[in-house]
Amino acid sequence: MPCSDLSDAPLLRLHGLVAGYGRIRALHGVDLEVRRGQIVALLGANGAGKTTTLKTISGLVRASAGRVLFEGRDITALRPSDIARLGLVHVPEGRRILRGLSVRENLELGAFTVRDAGERQRRMRHVFGLFPILERRQHQDGALLSGGEQQMLAMGRALMQGPKLLLLDEPSMGLAPKLVLEVMRIVRTLNDEGATVLLVEQNARLALRLADYGYVLESGAVRMQGSAETLRDDRTIIEAYLGA
Amino acid sequence: MASDARVLARLAGPLAGFLSRGIGRWIALALLFAAMAAAPFVLGEYATVILTNALLYVVLALGLNVVVGYAGLLDLGYAAFFAVGAYTVGILTLRAGMNFWLTLPAAVAVAAVAGVVVGGPTLRLRSDYLAIVTLGFGEIVRITARNLPITGMASGLSGIRQPWLFGWHIATPRDFYYVFCVLATAAAIVSARLSDSRLGRAWLYVRYDEDAAEAMGIDRVRVKLAAYVTGAIIGAIGGAFFAVNLGAISPPSFSFSQSVSILMAVILGGMGKIPGVILGAMIVVLGPELLRSLGEFRLLVFAIGLLLIMLFRPSGLWPGRSHAK
Repeated sequence: MPCSDLSDAPLLRLHGLVAGYGRIRALHGVDLEVRRGQIVALLGANGAGKTTTLKTISGLVRASAGRVLFEGRDITALRPSDIARLGLVHVPEGRRILRGLSVRENLELGAFTVRDAGERQRRMRHVFGLFPILERRQHQDGALLSGGEQQMLAMGRALMQGPKLLLLDEPSMGLAPKLVLEVMRIVRTLNDEGATVLLVEQNARLALRLADYGYVLESGAVRMQGSAETLRDDRTIIEAYLGA
Repeated sequence: MASDARVLARLAGPLAGFLSRGIGRWIALALLFAAMAAAPFVLGEYATVILTNALLYVVLALGLNVVVGYAGLLDLGYAAFFAVGAYTVGILTLRAGMNFWLTLPAAVAVAAVAGVVVGGPTLRLRSDYLAIVTLGFGEIVRITARNLPITGMASGLSGIRQPWLFGWHIATPRDFYYVFCVLATAAAIVSARLSDSRLGRAWLYVRYDEDAAEAMGIDRVRVKLAAYVTGAIIGAIGGAFFAVNLGAISPPSFSFSQSVSILMAVILGGMGKIPGVILGAMIVVLGPELLRSLGEFRLLVFAIGLLLIMLFRPSGLWPGRSHAK
């Protein structure tokens, strides 16, 4: 297949994705596209299916129908570890810093699949360049960092994987307002670094300020979509999710 | 009692630190090997037999430590692999007349296959299921051995002949003591190498947070299966030498309480820490022996001692973080 086809095709595409937990169905046919270089926001109320969508993309939840295409390739049936190796990196809710391991060891986990030691070094230096605080605290227990620093560590670890697409699940959750802005600045930086981002955010106003495009989920299906500016100005969105 | 334990802990810290660094480490190892070599001459035959049993426990505990300490999988039926090794050797030497050294790879192969068959499907599930399945597997192996003619039913197999190695007939308790010295040393070296390997790092991450590890591209099922099968192989090798040492094997040697004793050795010394696991195995075997003068109270006293250790040092006797880098 010629290269031009690949760059024109969306990096990620969901086709009628259906998934759930046991007999409870959380997604009823989600269609969604993420283009290379974009930040796409996935909005919606609690229980709308945002987290489930991310988990289904990264293989943690099995799709019962529909398809996930990544770089044009069907990854619906792949195992989570294989999906991660393709450069589709999921930063789950709650950051998942490994308690008892140092900041450095947490970062090393991110580059576990990289066999070239020089490349691992290079990525570590890159992450330390972006987040100098992590370098200063590299020998501390990762779980003892502040909430904001832990979020940096989680994102740094994701960067160690060399992501093409980052799935970020509520990176601002539980952080003080000042840190929320800091996290959003980090997301912007990661995007400038070349990572495409699919961002789940409770704080829709903030997410739409950052994103290029947005989807609004309701009861496990896409209710609305559009460019971030359009969604920002949409009265229904404002009333339903932005609490105006 | 509490302050004694604390004083001991304070002393143990720097001592272990000294033993794990530079020249101190080499001196300690040299002394250890000299003591190991001299022990049978100094202590006599009875003590040599007991020490041999302790070394067997070191091998088994180090094998189980790969499963429990490194990969964080609770295995309650580890004696099953010990039995697989012992019975494979017993059956092939007695019924097929094979040379012991040829049955050894067979024992390893049977244990590896058993590990894959039991672990393959089970390790896909959450770890609690593994505990239940391994518990069942341990009992199935023991009960099967009790009921099949080929394994000698309840009376087991006897008359397993002692092997020759390049003209050396491994026959006396002292011979077997040295064989088990070599096995225990080999098990310790293999454990250390595994712990430092890429696979060792993968075990560490899976043990800490398997979901996070999976999200970083580590295939948790494969990584866990590698630990489970490695443990199975080490257990089977222990069992194979156990069979030729005693010359006779029977189902009670492979009971649930055997599995628990091995697990106790791992937990007591400190999961994932090689010196700790060795210490734990020594305590589990030698503890009741040293308390023999107490007569029928010795197991009670031993049990109280174990409880106190767990109470005051819940992460094991050996200081430091488990699975050190």
